[in-house]
Amino acid sequence: MDYKPTIVAFLCNWCSYTGADLAGTSRMKYAPNIRGIRVMCSGRVDPTFVLKAFREGADGVLICGCHPGDCHYHEGNYKCLRRYHLLQKYIQQMGIEKDRLRLEWVSASEGKIFAQLVDEMTNTVAKLGPCKIKEVMETLT
Amino acid sequence: MDKPKINLAVYWGAACGGCCVSVLDVHEALFTVVEHANLVFWPIALDFKYSDVEAMPDGFIDVTLFNGAVRNSENEHIAKLLRQKTKVLVAYGSCAHMGGIPGLANFTTKEEIFRRSYFDSESTVNPDKIVPVTEYDMPEGKLTLPKFYNDVRTLDQVVDVDYYLPGCPPQTERLVEVFLAIVTGAQLPPKGSVVGARDKAQCDECKRKKTDNKLIKKFYRPWEIQDDGETCFLEQGVICMGPATRSGCGVRCIEGNAPCRGCYGPSPEAKDPGAKMMSAIATMIDAKEPEEINKIIDQIEDPAGTFYRFSLPGSILRRKICK
Repeated sequence: MDYKPTIVAFLCNWCSYTGADLAGTSRMKYAPNIRGIRVMCSGRVDPTFVLKAFREGADGVLICGCHPGDCHYHEGNYKCLRRYHLLQKYIQQMGIEKDRLRLEWVSASEGKIFAQLVDEMTNTVAKLGPCKIKEVMETLT
Repeated sequence: MDKPKINLAVYWGAACGGCCVSVLDVHEALFTVVEHANLVFWPIALDFKYSDVEAMPDGFIDVTLFNGAVRNSENEHIAKLLRQKTKVLVAYGSCAHMGGIPGLANFTTKEEIFRRSYFDSESTVNPDKIVPVTEYDMPEGKLTLPKFYNDVRTLDQVVDVDYYLPGCPPQTERLVEVFLAIVTGAQLPPKGSVVGARDKAQCDECKRKKTDNKLIKKFYRPWEIQDDGETCFLEQGVICMGPATRSGCGVRCIEGNAPCRGCYGPSPEAKDPGAKMMSAIATMIDAKEPEEINKIIDQIEDPAGTFYRFSLPGSILRRKICK
């Protein structure tokens, strides 16, 4: 397949980024389509970041944080969870498919799960094709 | 010697006329205005023609208050013309600033709007299926109409804007302050500033009782609940745009026991009012399980329309993707 989706991934410093690191240091193979951005907590992921990623041309956005109850800052991942559900409703109203935005919990030891997740999401987004929002922004009249 | 008068213009693009009325609302102060300014163009109040503006030298108008969004080719043409003729162009009111209520049309398309307006609406009788066209040849000559665009744009998406004066409509007192600052030659803020508004959020000026621990189990539409008149709307479960909205209006809606709808646009730190609001609301939802969270969120009938009521074209995702 020629089309290679771009997926922006916001990874929390304490669990998911470390999990992604583990996947790397363990030399696990996974799709090269994600652009990882380390944030201190999934609760730091302002909805603005997600919308901006789509606007600048991301075909998918993945947010990863610590499992519920494991947040380094106690509540951050719950805040992220609620924002995610609100964002889901909003992006669908704007005509962006729900599968383009995903929230998953990945702990520091779950390198394998992270690798599988990236493969799976890359496949899903590749099937959806390019996200049209950037194109729509460029052709406003 | 008398100070030379400044040349002032007021124009409406895609607007309801409320902004022009807010200018008229200066009441007797209008005499102070005309003492300091020549009104050289103001379609709602004075009989000037576009050709009069075209005849003006470039930079002839000192200040133009442009209200309304850019919806059709006429709006765009006059926006560009006024930009050329004006030294200080002010995006006046929510529509010029962020798109305003007409901007909600970015949830749909030109075709949909035409279908609804000229065929489907309950009050439309159009057996000959007539729709407006931009040019039509009549025996007497060619008739023209402006082109209706697919997208609503803010003024600064079409021309360079010097200042923004937000509000739906802007508070008249704020306009008078800004006007006096201009005519008295006071130091003007840097280009691109929002004027006639404050730098804090509505909540900072709101006098309702607030606690730090806002927890929402259920959202209510304003008519579903008996407002107690003193507790923060959000704490009562009514969506109030206060946390994501710039102050300066004097919290008029809240003082009138109606929640803030966000017409003053985002507070300075927030670039996208809806994103800020989603962020704030999510913090308050009192649930940890996805099913429960979704049940509560489903009570928000129309998040996009509610959070971007006045700001869709000026927001990050300026329009819906329509197939």
